[in-house]
Amino acid sequence: MAEHTLVITPHKTPRSTNITKYFSLLLLTVLLIVVLFPLVVITLNSFKTEEEYFRNGPLSMPSTLSLDNVRAVWDRLDYTTKLKNSFMISLATALAGVTLSLLNAFALGIGRIKGRAFFLVFFVMAITLPHEMLAYPLYYMFKEVGLYDSRWSIVVIFAVLHSAFGTYLLASVFTAFPVELLEAAVIDGCNKLQLLVRIVIPINWPSLSVLFVFFFIWTWNEFFLPLIFLISNANQTVPLAVAMFQGQRGAAATFQSTAALLGTLPCLIFFIIFQRTLAKGIIAGSIK
Amino acid sequence: MSYKRTRGYIGFLIPGVLAFLIIVIVPFAANIGISFTKWRGVGTPEWIGIDNYERAFDDTTFWASFQNNLQLVVAMTVIPTVLGLLLAVFLYDNITHHFGPRVASFFRAGFYIPQIMPMVVAAIVWRWIYQPDWGILNWMLNSVGLDQFSHNWLGQQDTALRAIMGMMIWFQLGYPLVIFMSALQRVDPQLYEAASIDGATWMQKVTRITVPLIRPEIYVVILTTAIHAMKTFAPVYSMTKGGPGKATVVASYFSYKNFFERPNVGYGATIATLLTGVIILLSVVFISVQTRQERLESQ
Repeated sequence: MAEHTLVITPHKTPRSTNITKYFSLLLLTVLLIVVLFPLVVITLNSFKTEEEYFRNGPLSMPSTLSLDNVRAVWDRLDYTTKLKNSFMISLATALAGVTLSLLNAFALGIGRIKGRAFFLVFFVMAITLPHEMLAYPLYYMFKEVGLYDSRWSIVVIFAVLHSAFGTYLLASVFTAFPVELLEAAVIDGCNKLQLLVRIVIPINWPSLSVLFVFFFIWTWNEFFLPLIFLISNANQTVPLAVAMFQGQRGAAATFQSTAALLGTLPCLIFFIIFQRTLAKGIIAGSIK
Repeated sequence: MSYKRTRGYIGFLIPGVLAFLIIVIVPFAANIGISFTKWRGVGTPEWIGIDNYERAFDDTTFWASFQNNLQLVVAMTVIPTVLGLLLAVFLYDNITHHFGPRVASFFRAGFYIPQIMPMVVAAIVWRWIYQPDWGILNWMLNSVGLDQFSHNWLGQQDTALRAIMGMMIWFQLGYPLVIFMSALQRVDPQLYEAASIDGATWMQKVTRITVPLIRPEIYVVILTTAIHAMKTFAPVYSMTKGGPGKATVVASYFSYKNFFERPNVGYGATIATLLTGVIILLSVVFISVQTRQERLESQ
């Protein structure tokens, strides 16, 4: 009897697990299609004429791959300028933000200066601070010094705000830095600046680049403060321009889907380029 | 002992601390100061003590905004955390086991895609879906004969907030999924096998094995997403402007309106200060609960 069962079980189990196995893959695929559906329909309808949209509905494949919408919306958004603005702002912010974080973390993590815990708490508090709390005084201050409606205002503000997280992250990375290396460098006659530039930066290059990518994308995606600070059309970023875009009478549906597509595309490209770096960053970010 | 750690480093902190003073500390203090005044943004602010705070407590829009924020916590924290957890275990346990890690990471990347967009662009995508006259949601309902369910999703009291919440769940799901899947790598697969042999169901394995083991990551996800939900601005601004009526007003948008549209800067500053207070309180309570839990576990 026992022998009999032993023979039957191996035959039975694989078949039932096979069904579950492919059923679960099917289920997951359906769920993924549901999640990606909004982005797929946005793309489909960016290449249709308005007339075709109403004739065949939003789910049909575009009959021709017309770039007319993309061209028209690109011009109306002044997309080239917006891309340039977003890119320059994000790049400058990431550079300045990483530099500030690096200097802070060098003093806190490598230097272990007095009051280290106090400074760290101070930076951690700033990570969770809602921007609404700073918005009006910053708006007033920047107006007073003539930096309102300037792309630099956003660079300065976000370099500092992002450096709170950067300082926290790098300080904890630097705490584990081997003391022997530092001691050897000092014996060789390194001063503090040389220590930073020749030893700490090269060894921590991977952490710095993760931070750079993170700051770049965070700045690119920001909305609330740019909305307040960048009022003129020539200074606006991609997300701002897409949010402000109202289609045109008679072409609302396809124009708006095209605008949404143009807002999504740069991020999709970043995701593809930086996928590995980002995965590391999300997990590093979760440790905070 | 030629190497002295603490000497000569303080200078490196000067730019960071100065910048912080100007961009964070001074505005922070100024905002608290402004909250005790009546000010239209021009001229001299008039000191009125705690009048703005009293006004807030009697203001139905103020309460509506915080209530809506709580609903958004459900959409950004509760639902994505639970779904993300189930999905992460499913991908890690079943899919990786049968189809290998590459298939699992393919799905993980797919579910993560909405997270890479600026939230305001995600909101614009969904505004397009919900559009009452030509939007795809109504179009699909009509084409399968469910006309009676087609609706002005963002334009009506009963569905506007739900519609925003739907967008947020979609947007947010990938975040807990990615974090939980990386946390699961710590879990020994033999634990699952042992549990299966003992006759545990899939759900029992999730609640008895996975949840306790990846509890630190669950805490982090809950806290960060709840704070994020309290700060929600872009979807409300771009989808409904807080309406219809007070149906979708949130604290952040309410303060923005007072700052720049009314303008009633003193009251806006009060709402921003209260929002900050709620977020700090939330973080402190949460972190102390977490620390106590960890201490209990280590005993």
